[in-house]
Amino acid sequence: MQRPNRPIYLDNQATTPCDPRVVQAMLPWFTERFGNPHSAEHAMGREAEAAVEAARAEVAALIGAEARELVLTSGATESNNIAIKGAARHALAVGNPRRRIVTVATEHKCVLESAADLAAEGFEPVILPVSPDGLLDPAVLEAALSVPTLLVSVMAVNNETGVIQNLAALSAVAHADGALFHSDAAQALGKIPVDVARDGIDLLSISGHKLYGPKGVGALYVRRRPRVRLAALFSGGGQERGLRSGTLPTPLIVGLGEACRIAGADLAADMARIANLRDRLLTTLRGALPDLIVNGSLSHRIAGNLNVTFPRSSAAALMRAAPELCVSTGSACSSAEIEPSYVLAALGLDAAAAARTLRFGIGRFTSAADIDMAAALLIDAHATTEPIEA
Amino acid sequence: MTYLDANATEPLRPEARAAVIAALDVAGNPASVHASGRAARRVLEQAREDIAARFGARPAQIVFTSGGTEADALAVHALGHGRRLIIGATEHDAIRAAAPEAAILPVDARGVADLAALETLLAAGPALLCLMLANNETGVIQPVAEAAALCRAHGAWLHVDAVQAGGRMAVDFAALGVTSLAISSHKLGGPAGAGALLLDDAVGIRPLITGGGQERGWRGGTPPVAVIAGFAAAATAPTVELAGLRDQIEAAAVACGAMVLGGGPRLSNTTCLALPGARAETQVIALDLAGVRVSAGAACSSGKVARSHVLAAMGAGALAGEAIRVSLPWNATPGDARAFADAYQAMAGRLARRAA
Repeated sequence: MQRPNRPIYLDNQATTPCDPRVVQAMLPWFTERFGNPHSAEHAMGREAEAAVEAARAEVAALIGAEARELVLTSGATESNNIAIKGAARHALAVGNPRRRIVTVATEHKCVLESAADLAAEGFEPVILPVSPDGLLDPAVLEAALSVPTLLVSVMAVNNETGVIQNLAALSAVAHADGALFHSDAAQALGKIPVDVARDGIDLLSISGHKLYGPKGVGALYVRRRPRVRLAALFSGGGQERGLRSGTLPTPLIVGLGEACRIAGADLAADMARIANLRDRLLTTLRGALPDLIVNGSLSHRIAGNLNVTFPRSSAAALMRAAPELCVSTGSACSSAEIEPSYVLAALGLDAAAAARTLRFGIGRFTSAADIDMAAALLIDAHATTEPIEA
Repeated sequence: MTYLDANATEPLRPEARAAVIAALDVAGNPASVHASGRAARRVLEQAREDIAARFGARPAQIVFTSGGTEADALAVHALGHGRRLIIGATEHDAIRAAAPEAAILPVDARGVADLAALETLLAAGPALLCLMLANNETGVIQPVAEAAALCRAHGAWLHVDAVQAGGRMAVDFAALGVTSLAISSHKLGGPAGAGALLLDDAVGIRPLITGGGQERGWRGGTPPVAVIAGFAAAATAPTVELAGLRDQIEAAAVACGAMVLGGGPRLSNTTCLALPGARAETQVIALDLAGVRVSAGAACSSGKVARSHVLAAMGAGALAGEAIRVSLPWNATPGDARAFADAYQAMAGRLARRAA
């Protein structure tokens, strides 16, 4: 068969390329407009500060928040750390007796590790299971809240399966028991509509590089009414109202703002086009490989994700046979270690099935030709690679 | 416009700009094993090697952070665990806030740490000393190598905030013999949004930001590859000697009645100028209106001009509220020095007439 002459990037849940419009918006701030946004004493500093505030307003608009409810961070990992550790440490400092932190087995490592870190500080992390379709049953959450709970953290969209949790239903359960509700929305923004009021969100983590913005920037939404109080992860110059010290990276923040503006403006069109591509990929693969299994709910899933277990070939062998294809065998963060994905294990896959599983992340810049070439490469690879023990 | 506020942020160096823009085209996540991921990882690891070579460290001793503040906070969190904390009296707020209950190592009137006092402080048992290499307000360089020898003799660890020193003077982690050292990209002409903590191998992993396993478990989160590429490009650019221009600026200000605060070895780009009787804020605004950008101290949560703890620790008294910081960027020109001299002279003259 004809081989592609360049990599086919289908790993948009690991990271997305920077949108050219985002790059254009950032460029002036990488050159002549270099003021420190905290140097309010002089004109260059004020110009940078105004750009930061305009970007903050774009981020807020995308999630239905007020600009002053957003704390700018280095990315979603830091946002998740601040949200979970910050809520817990503040509660401890003010004598709040609640110690339980409830989260879910399929969360990103940084959420699970933040909760686990708090065990050493006297908190009780509780990790809830998901159904085989990847969804958290609100009744399971309700049962976990029988002990007074400080915080419930449930991701909006899973990074491996693309499964969308029902945040509005889950946050209602959390709030009925007086718990705060945090959501890691790194994989959700720009993929599905998110509205902090409708979804009942108290804390929401945002990543730049998962929505065609730059790496190195993110945000944390912190509800003002009723006000959610957090302790800072680290201190210093007191920027971001003391919640996040350090000089704000103006170009990256401008990029995040532009990425959020585009995500809002293009959401419906992106969703429809990407869903078509995903369906085309699935239909083609299934045509050749009828025993292909889709992991996680297909109906409660972002348009760009496909997570499938192949009938006989290992994911590693498929990737070797089709090296032009940039896909993932698991979460990017743990893929340096060869171990079955804990997310897939939580959905009930055994190690053998997990080893035959690939994640496709289709994005804004994926073409129909990319999809057709990827499907052809995989079908060919599947026919020529050795089967692995089932 | 004359920009003389480099210690708040340096203008981006052209080599850093080129590196950032080139790396923005490398789309992958460095943790991914496929071709795009490997390309991103090559950029990241090349930057790590370049920065390590420039600062006398090994690549495996570098932890990338979001900036200098996080690097300082991480150092205090990891190294300070179970140790008494001692910090220099003129440290940046990143250190002061991370170690609010630390013992204070005093400085003399020049702003230089008192090493005799340090010996006494170190005698009380295992400690972590935080001592900056160069001060952000005065440019005063601390005797870090001597302090490191004292720390070793007493079993203490030494963290060095080299945020203002990096790119402006030779900084060699191994030669200094310190336990950890923080640097910041945007203070040496790279983009904001990255910094690094150089760490001795003896320090056990104790992250502030967890999850994902990046940076050998020291710092979770996808590293900002493009920003780090720019950081490395700026870090490896040649150091610019600015003492000549700085001396012209000082001479012009002193001729108008100013006093230079801080003594001993100083960064070649920084001067702290006190004009008796003139509030710092008034001076900064007057110079800003004349097109000259300087500051009244650290550019942090600002908006407010707080009284400088640095100058207070040096015993500057009322002068602490009457001092401005002039810090030359890597691309400062003789024209900038002249523009400053003209604006300063006009300002000082006006203020003197008003006082008369």
